[in-house]
Amino acid sequence: MSVEQPRANLTPEELASRIENRATFNARQRGQLPKVFWTEQDPLERVKNIREVPFAYTPVHARAEAVRCLSCKNEPCVTGCPVAVDVPGFLKLVAEGDFRGAIRRIKETNLLPAICGRVCPQESQCQENCMVAKVHKDLGFAVSIGKIEAFLADWEREDGVELPTVGAPSGFRVAIIGAGPSGLTCAGDLRRYGHDAVVFEAFHKAGGVLVYGIPEFRLPKDIVAAEVDNLAKMGVAFEFDTVVGQTLSVDDLFDEGFDAVYVATGAGLPYFVNVPGEDLNGVYSANEYLTRANLMGAFRFPEEDTPVLRRDNVAVLGGGNVAMDAARTALRLGAKNVYLVYRRSREEMPARLEEVHHAEEEGVQFRLLNAPVEILPTPDGWVRALKVQRCELGESDEKGRRRPVPIEGAYEELPVEIVIEAIGNGPNPLIPKTTAGLTTTRHGTLVVDEATMMTTRKGVFAGGDIVAGASTVILAMGHGRKAASAIDAYLRRKASEPAPVS
Amino acid sequence: MFKIIDKKPLGENVTLYEVEAPRVARRHRAGQFVMVRPHADSERIPLTVADVDRKRGTIILVVQSVGKTTFEMSEAFAQGDCFSNVAGPLGNPTHVAIPDRAPNFRGTVACVAGGIGAAPMLPIARAFRNAGHEVVTILGARRKDLLVFEDRLRAASSEILVCTDDGSYGRKGFVTDVLKDVIETRRAAGSDVHLAVAIGPPLMMKFCSKTTLPYAVPTLVSLNTIMVDGTGMCGGCRVMVNGVAKYVCVDGPEFDGHRVDFDGMMRRQAMYKQEEAESLARYREGA
Repeated sequence: MSVEQPRANLTPEELASRIENRATFNARQRGQLPKVFWTEQDPLERVKNIREVPFAYTPVHARAEAVRCLSCKNEPCVTGCPVAVDVPGFLKLVAEGDFRGAIRRIKETNLLPAICGRVCPQESQCQENCMVAKVHKDLGFAVSIGKIEAFLADWEREDGVELPTVGAPSGFRVAIIGAGPSGLTCAGDLRRYGHDAVVFEAFHKAGGVLVYGIPEFRLPKDIVAAEVDNLAKMGVAFEFDTVVGQTLSVDDLFDEGFDAVYVATGAGLPYFVNVPGEDLNGVYSANEYLTRANLMGAFRFPEEDTPVLRRDNVAVLGGGNVAMDAARTALRLGAKNVYLVYRRSREEMPARLEEVHHAEEEGVQFRLLNAPVEILPTPDGWVRALKVQRCELGESDEKGRRRPVPIEGAYEELPVEIVIEAIGNGPNPLIPKTTAGLTTTRHGTLVVDEATMMTTRKGVFAGGDIVAGASTVILAMGHGRKAASAIDAYLRRKASEPAPVS
Repeated sequence: MFKIIDKKPLGENVTLYEVEAPRVARRHRAGQFVMVRPHADSERIPLTVADVDRKRGTIILVVQSVGKTTFEMSEAFAQGDCFSNVAGPLGNPTHVAIPDRAPNFRGTVACVAGGIGAAPMLPIARAFRNAGHEVVTILGARRKDLLVFEDRLRAASSEILVCTDDGSYGRKGFVTDVLKDVIETRRAAGSDVHLAVAIGPPLMMKFCSKTTLPYAVPTLVSLNTIMVDGTGMCGGCRVMVNGVAKYVCVDGPEFDGHRVDFDGMMRRQAMYKQEEAESLARYREGA
């Protein structure tokens, strides 16, 4: 499996001719058309800034790439998408040059394409079963659905965003807890149905993981701000600094006149590996490290007041997207050696291929099949080194990933001053703990009816990571959309019921 | 935006702010804190709430200026200005009861406050007194002009004992000396101190806990560590309690003082010492 290799590979003439002759290709010829690659910031340059890594497609590149779509009857790309975006439909419109039509088509099912185009794991969703990749026997040659989606959303932001039509006022009010991808999607859809939507957010800014977790170089924050602004224009209200469960309870929300509640509080509880030395100075959860760097602006310290430690040698524990984000952030904060310490092999890494590839290109040193054993201190209590033990792969676990088995005596010390733990997050316990009538699983996630996303308490719905555990942005959005539709049905049913006798 | 209704100096580098935050005021209970971000480029800092006025919808914060953010709060913000963000109340409220006793047991609580620890102590002393306990407040500071909230604490306590390190006011000595005396005097008279609550600088809380340990007086301390979100998301505030990492923001802020690793906590508090000094120096140059 190879990653999509960025390089400008076609001349302007070749691109123009492909677009002009697009109607003349048969399926076989289409399948053989070379992929249109994009360019990226040079790895050695980009670690000195926090700007986005890939340069966007131009209109010509996007059109020429879209011509490669075979418009398969069985639409494996649509099946692979958690919100079933009409991929062949929008690609056809892009090939025609009808960008407005294409973005409208995407937005029928996905409200936040600028974000999904950048952070979805396309290689395990829409692009995984792309027939063009099968023709080339290489996943790297799938149609670049994600890059085209991001292009379209950026084009729309330049050309003028069409806001979805807001429904006639229903008189119902819905409280959404958490301004992350799930809450934002739900709020937008609720406005389309005509309900009032008020989003309560603990932080001082909307976006959730999109602003505190995912770094600028992967998802520029002005894009998130623009999406939030669009929701505000649709009439979504935001209340910041409100920690539901503390500032207000779910019961208070009903008392204040809300007719339904959507809980989208995310997976905000960082796990630690639980090895000796985790209380030393210089040990971070990835949540803390990334929140300081992104949301709190520590990249700009001392212009902004929140600091984050900058040291030469950094170890990041984990193999997911968050681990890649933390490692690449450490490079941009000036680290000379960044080790990514992962217990299993490359195959088992849950991160997006593109992130793994970018991290390697930028010089992150992968220490695969290395399990952290202990964080070793200096005499005054700072991190001096990370002790790791080499592993080999044993039997598969219940998820089908092969288990790492430590090799006796195979220890090594990595000299580092910072250790960042990115081994996952649990669901935030604040709402389950403070709200009567909610049932949780043994993992602490909320139990919901999968068809409606309603929790075990009437009128309280939930979605995103508080239900799915640590998952993806697109799945969280899918939950938000499903819940909005179910909340709409619930409210309309409620409206038709006779008023209770009090 | 959170309007500063009142602002006044309480002593050298100590400022009282009354801030409009109706939702926090309505919900706040003794022992809880707020996260404050004074302006758009500021840090988020945890501050324990000293008092609330539910009718006015305001909270009282007493802040000692030690770094850039707190100096800026006292120098760049005037009455009528607004703080960008005040989120809370956060953390668990004080458990107003004597540990390991029947819920209806009423006893004697020693509230030991050092320096500006007097401010967060006020609602706690009041809560124990209102619940029917005898509250003996021990208030101490290095010098007379560093004592705050003496009058408010006097009104909230059954008895108040004041001391200063240099003897410039009240008894000369440390709060730990007074605490020890109070425990011994009570025991000699056939009564006891059933609970100690200590709030103040980390060293003071550490030594209060050391003082009560041989007497087996249960001791609560209220910790104020470095935080980013204050809701359990970052883990920056973690402190070892009985060998296990606890989050001050969601598991605390109050813990059993006999089990807190104060040395580890103080070490972690100094994690950004260099950056804090840089930030303050830069602010001073610009100011």
